[in-house]
Amino acid sequence: MTDTVIRVEDLSKLYRLGRTHDRHDTIRDHLTHRARSLFRRHRGGNLIPGSHPVTTGQRASSSDQTDTIWALDGVSFEVKRGEILGIVGRNGAGKSTLLKILSRITEPTRGRAELHGRIGSLLEVGTGFHPELTGRDNIWLYGAILGMNRTEIQRDFDAIVDFAEIEKFIDTPVKHYSSGMYIRLAFAVAAHLDVDLLFADEVLAVGDLAFRRKCLGKMKDVATAGRTVMFVSHDLASVQSLCPRVILLRLGRLAHDGPTDVVVREYLAQLNTGTDRAFTNNPERSGSGAVRLTWGEALDELRQPSRYLVAGRPAYLSFRYENRTGVKRANILLTIYNHLGVAVTHFDMASTRGEIEGLLNEGVIACQISMLPLPIGQYRVAIAVQINGENADHIPNAILFEVTSSVFYPSGKTPDINHCTCMIAHAWSHTTMTNISK
Amino acid sequence: MTEQLLERQRGVATGGGDQHIAARGLDSGVPTIVIAPGGSGSMNLAELWRYRELVYFLAARDVKVKYKQTALGAAWVLIQPVLAMAIFTLFLGSLAGLPSDGIPYPLFAYLGLLPWTYFSNATTNASTSLVTNTALVARVYFPRLAIPIAAVLSGLLDFAIGFGLLLVLLIVFQVGLRPSLLLVPLLMALTMANALAVSLWLSALDVRYRDVRAAIPFAIQVWMFATPVVYPASLVPAAYRPLYGLNPMASVVDTFRWAVVGRGEPSAAMLAISAAVVLITLLTGLLYFRRVERSFADVI
Repeated sequence: MTDTVIRVEDLSKLYRLGRTHDRHDTIRDHLTHRARSLFRRHRGGNLIPGSHPVTTGQRASSSDQTDTIWALDGVSFEVKRGEILGIVGRNGAGKSTLLKILSRITEPTRGRAELHGRIGSLLEVGTGFHPELTGRDNIWLYGAILGMNRTEIQRDFDAIVDFAEIEKFIDTPVKHYSSGMYIRLAFAVAAHLDVDLLFADEVLAVGDLAFRRKCLGKMKDVATAGRTVMFVSHDLASVQSLCPRVILLRLGRLAHDGPTDVVVREYLAQLNTGTDRAFTNNPERSGSGAVRLTWGEALDELRQPSRYLVAGRPAYLSFRYENRTGVKRANILLTIYNHLGVAVTHFDMASTRGEIEGLLNEGVIACQISMLPLPIGQYRVAIAVQINGENADHIPNAILFEVTSSVFYPSGKTPDINHCTCMIAHAWSHTTMTNISK
Repeated sequence: MTEQLLERQRGVATGGGDQHIAARGLDSGVPTIVIAPGGSGSMNLAELWRYRELVYFLAARDVKVKYKQTALGAAWVLIQPVLAMAIFTLFLGSLAGLPSDGIPYPLFAYLGLLPWTYFSNATTNASTSLVTNTALVARVYFPRLAIPIAAVLSGLLDFAIGFGLLLVLLIVFQVGLRPSLLLVPLLMALTMANALAVSLWLSALDVRYRDVRAAIPFAIQVWMFATPVVYPASLVPAAYRPLYGLNPMASVVDTFRWAVVGRGEPSAAMLAISAAVVLITLLTGLLYFRRVERSFADVI
């Protein structure tokens, strides 16, 4: 009796990216193309040895290779019962394709997968919700769509309404719900799926912070109950919080399979082989673009750009921006994460010194930390420029730096980063006991 | 009313043993699923049965949504056949003077329109149902057959309401109820099978080729004229009747009229041919649907 509940071997998926006149969207096109190719074949006569044979519906061309793409290419791994596996990778790496195949929505081109247990698949939150139906009706409909049967839905109905916090609105048509309520309801139903294997694709990227925390907590409960979870996400913080093991997909291939902090570090390193990538072609970047950051770097105490900083000394985080619109006021939010994915500290310019009031067309914004209090380790800086509370530019991996030495404490040593996110100046005292009044 | 609609007991036991035990399951009771290219070409009706509640909820959804969007509710359902009945009576019954087997023309037309309206609506909806439910097809796993089946089922409520009006008309025209009315469920079963059969072909084609749906309304129109909705089957010479029977709806409408008011001469031979046609279309449709089902999510 083995404990492996998911076994994936050489799983691959080929997609055809036909040029428009090769892909037939109407029967009329299909028939005319067949007629034409028939005619062409008769004229062609003998095939030239070595050339590709013409098959119906396709034309052999030198650019045949570019007409197809392996969305997944030879992916193999195993998952044991009760494991929570995170799947990360850039957009287009094949994460969603992998989940789609394992959810039996699309077929693999090659390879095979074996799954033991009842499957629940959340590729999107709220698929099948109908705006005209009430919350109550949508719970029944969505539960049935997810594969729950009537008794299960009935049994969990109150718990679902409770989790979603929409008791007052349960009989109102969903089209009147706010987007937050909508998402909460959908997730509440999904959270009560009673399955052995749960596949979730970016489902935690929704809702406000309080709700996301609730969802994360629920996912943890699901996992501790002995269910196996495969979790795709771009939110590295939640991946690191939920999954002890992560696989990294890159261009359809399995690039790495191992403990979370190791794989995530490699993922981030991949994203930034040269910091300029964070600012020019960064898939993790988001925002309206009204104000854009064009460069970011860490500077040491001598104001020299450096990837390596000393704890206890001044350090600077400097950014260049350009302002495409005439916006004058902006706020900067900055978060520093260590390589375990823990947010060490967060700076919000508006709450410390107020927003920038006179934004220029181009400028430099710098943040000075007088005594860098970070233990030895690797760090990532996420930055967001906000205009009126909306993200104009948000880059989660804007700057990477490393603290390699420290003068924060006289000893020159720093505590283990697993126990210490941030060093705090303190002093110890040792004295004899004096009379203490009773 | 909607509450009852959703939570009506169907009288079917749903035990905890919904999971079928695969031959290679590790623990008994734990299903094993193998995913490989080529998939399962089998009919897998057992799996469809496991998802029967989804079929019900999809059909219920369509029904509720349709009724919620109309100000008139149930009355709207009757407007289509009643209006058609009035127009046909005026132009074909009175002005053109079409024969009607001795039945008053309005009743005659309505008897044809009732099953026909169900069939044309069911076929039109079910033939485009897969694309209408693109989000489900692209993101959720379930036997895709559930979608056209639910679409065919969702028209039954409208038929029931129309049938209620028919009973009223029978009273108005002073026609008594007959035991042959018991044939109506059988005829409707044949109609449903026919609608499903045609829709399996069309909905699968619709996913791949989007010009299919443009032709459907036209095809349905033509089909109506090949069916004795506005004229009696007796207009067709006896020698051609078996050929006429190749149109399953011709037999259905003809027999329906006879079953309700006892006029006309339906032939068992015609009905048998129709049943055979429906069976063949249904089986081949099922095979085609299952064969192309695997690529729906990629193409839709």
